[in-house]
Amino acid sequence: MTSAPHVEPPARGNPGRRLSTMFFRHEWLRLGGLLAAPLGWLVVIYLGSLFLLLLASFWGTEPFTSEVVHTWTLDNFKQLFDEPVYRNVAVRTVSMAIYVTIADAVLAFPLAYYMARVASPRTRNILVVAVLTPLWASYLVKAYIWRTMLGEQGIINWLLSPFGLEIHGKSSFGLWLAFTYLWLPFMILPIYAGLERISHSLLEASADLGARSLRTFWKVTIPLVFPAVVAGSIFTFSLTLGDYILPSLIADQQFIGTVIYTDRGTNLPVAAAFAMVPVAVMTVYLFVAKRLGAFESL
Amino acid sequence: MRRRRMVVWAALGVLVGALAVVASGCGGGDDGGSGASAELDGLGTTLEEIQANAKNEGQVNLVIWAGYADKTWADQFTQETGCKVLTKDGASSDDMVDLVSTGEWDGVSASGDATLRLIAKDDVAPVNFDLIPNYADVYEGLKDQSYNTVDGVGYGVPHGRGVNDLIFRNDILPADTDSWAPIWPGTDYKGKLSIYDNQIFIADAALYLKATQPDLNITDPYELDEDQFNAVVDLLKQQRPNIGKYWDGVTYADQVTTFKSGETVVGTTWPYQVNLMAAEKPPLKVTALVPKEGTTGWSDTWMIYSKAAHPNCMYLWMNYIISPEANAKVAEYFGEAPSNAKACDKTSDPNYCTNNHADDESYWDPDNVFYWNTPQADCGDDRGDVCKTYEDWRTAWTEIKG
Repeated sequence: MTSAPHVEPPARGNPGRRLSTMFFRHEWLRLGGLLAAPLGWLVVIYLGSLFLLLLASFWGTEPFTSEVVHTWTLDNFKQLFDEPVYRNVAVRTVSMAIYVTIADAVLAFPLAYYMARVASPRTRNILVVAVLTPLWASYLVKAYIWRTMLGEQGIINWLLSPFGLEIHGKSSFGLWLAFTYLWLPFMILPIYAGLERISHSLLEASADLGARSLRTFWKVTIPLVFPAVVAGSIFTFSLTLGDYILPSLIADQQFIGTVIYTDRGTNLPVAAAFAMVPVAVMTVYLFVAKRLGAFESL
Repeated sequence: MRRRRMVVWAALGVLVGALAVVASGCGGGDDGGSGASAELDGLGTTLEEIQANAKNEGQVNLVIWAGYADKTWADQFTQETGCKVLTKDGASSDDMVDLVSTGEWDGVSASGDATLRLIAKDDVAPVNFDLIPNYADVYEGLKDQSYNTVDGVGYGVPHGRGVNDLIFRNDILPADTDSWAPIWPGTDYKGKLSIYDNQIFIADAALYLKATQPDLNITDPYELDEDQFNAVVDLLKQQRPNIGKYWDGVTYADQVTTFKSGETVVGTTWPYQVNLMAAEKPPLKVTALVPKEGTTGWSDTWMIYSKAAHPNCMYLWMNYIISPEANAKVAEYFGEAPSNAKACDKTSDPNYCTNNHADDESYWDPDNVFYWNTPQADCGDDRGDVCKTYEDWRTAWTEIKG
């Protein structure tokens, strides 16, 4: 640098300030700057991959090498309808998701109610920590623990044996127990938050108008907390629907996820077509959940 | 309100635009990959050049059957060549074919039901055997076979061969058990079977029917026409409720666990797990053998990825793994017959090769051990193109598991 430093005339503040003025004047720039990254992520990577999945479900395969051939076909969907096994697997998976969701809701509600309405602040904190702690442990560790516990010589059968009972670890029942345990915190937390949100004045008003506690519970608390239960059910339902490790680890049963996992290597298009099933189920589920007001409780 | 609608439309426009880009991007992706890929990019033309190049590459990435690249001999390879060995276990042949196509791997120990598919996909390159000195000592019975050579072009180095055994717990099954019957319908061990989780197991069922139902006229368990296939699938469906636990090339250790706990007591296995069970403390009391009905087996081939990032290290690996010392080690470790005749002098058990029929070609006769193979429509005999394809096998396996 040989020339003397050029001094910028102090026009209107420093560059930062001018930038801020520019953003203030041009709303589009402001919006674009804020949303470019998240929108890019959502559209290109998230929706883009879903779109690719949909696209892949219309392709065919070379029968010998299982290579994907880029010719349009509806055979994959036809196969899903024609082979009863795919229907059975889909029904099995969705029913499991429903049973797990119901069990979690039934188990979570009393605990959440106790935490929100009865427990002292100290107990409440301890309970919140207790509910959250299992989430710190690895999913796989928990899966293997359940496998051991449900085993023939596992602790559950040991406890049941004096009563002449036995749980077959590989049965759907064992799987249901493990799933229910695994996703319980995801149900407790929304219900707890939902109960916390209910204003005391509403309950007092109900009492002032002559309702006894049970009636208040049914007519005021339950309707107000129901959207929170639905919000929690979105988690328990979708997590069960998409899981593929627990079914293969504990029960050796085919679920939507496990079938996709095995088909992915040998017949990607069929796997992609089958992957549309949970997408469709979840779309309907979320639509209903929105109608029930669950999105306000998330 | 109008502005808000504009924003929505703008967002939609961006979405459609992005999806169009994504779609066009993947539409253009299926060109190339044609023609013979005889030359590997960056491979030295002499052994010395390969050794020098390998020093720069510094690593080799392998898709393997569990146990094929244990530290015991892989570390020695790294010391000699400067190539670090990174591995991934394949769960099944399908898994291996799938992994190779990701392009992240330099080579694969492919069984006969994977090799031809890899060759057809142009995913593996022909091998120049002049650059693999140890190839000269490989048993003639393993060279130029239908599963490793196409149109006279060799696509890999034979690794070794072995059988799928019947395994059972000595305290549960009678000592003189010599049949596959205990794993098929009518078994006394309901819910206690341990079965390989892949459609290639359909061949094991076919083999059993070949022996027990001669009127089906099954000649080759990989060449099944409609009637034969339906009978086999039916047998497997009856077996399904009796299965205690499936295992595969990734979850093989599970088989050891379930045999130990008694969750499973009889099933099909690789010699590898038999060795693992013997290494338990205390050793599991099990017997593994080839029953009277015969069995399926495999003959594995080391193949090099056609666009390998470390071709020099891979060539050195293909030469190393069939060297007498390493080949003896891997054969004993996995429990299979070595491919290099000179390996028999290096085994820790002097009778190892005899016990495992290493040079007994009649034992490996296609009518005694049925190597894993990819089923095709062409039955290979006068029946014509009426046999079930591998795709049918895959669909059937999903159906069998229910």
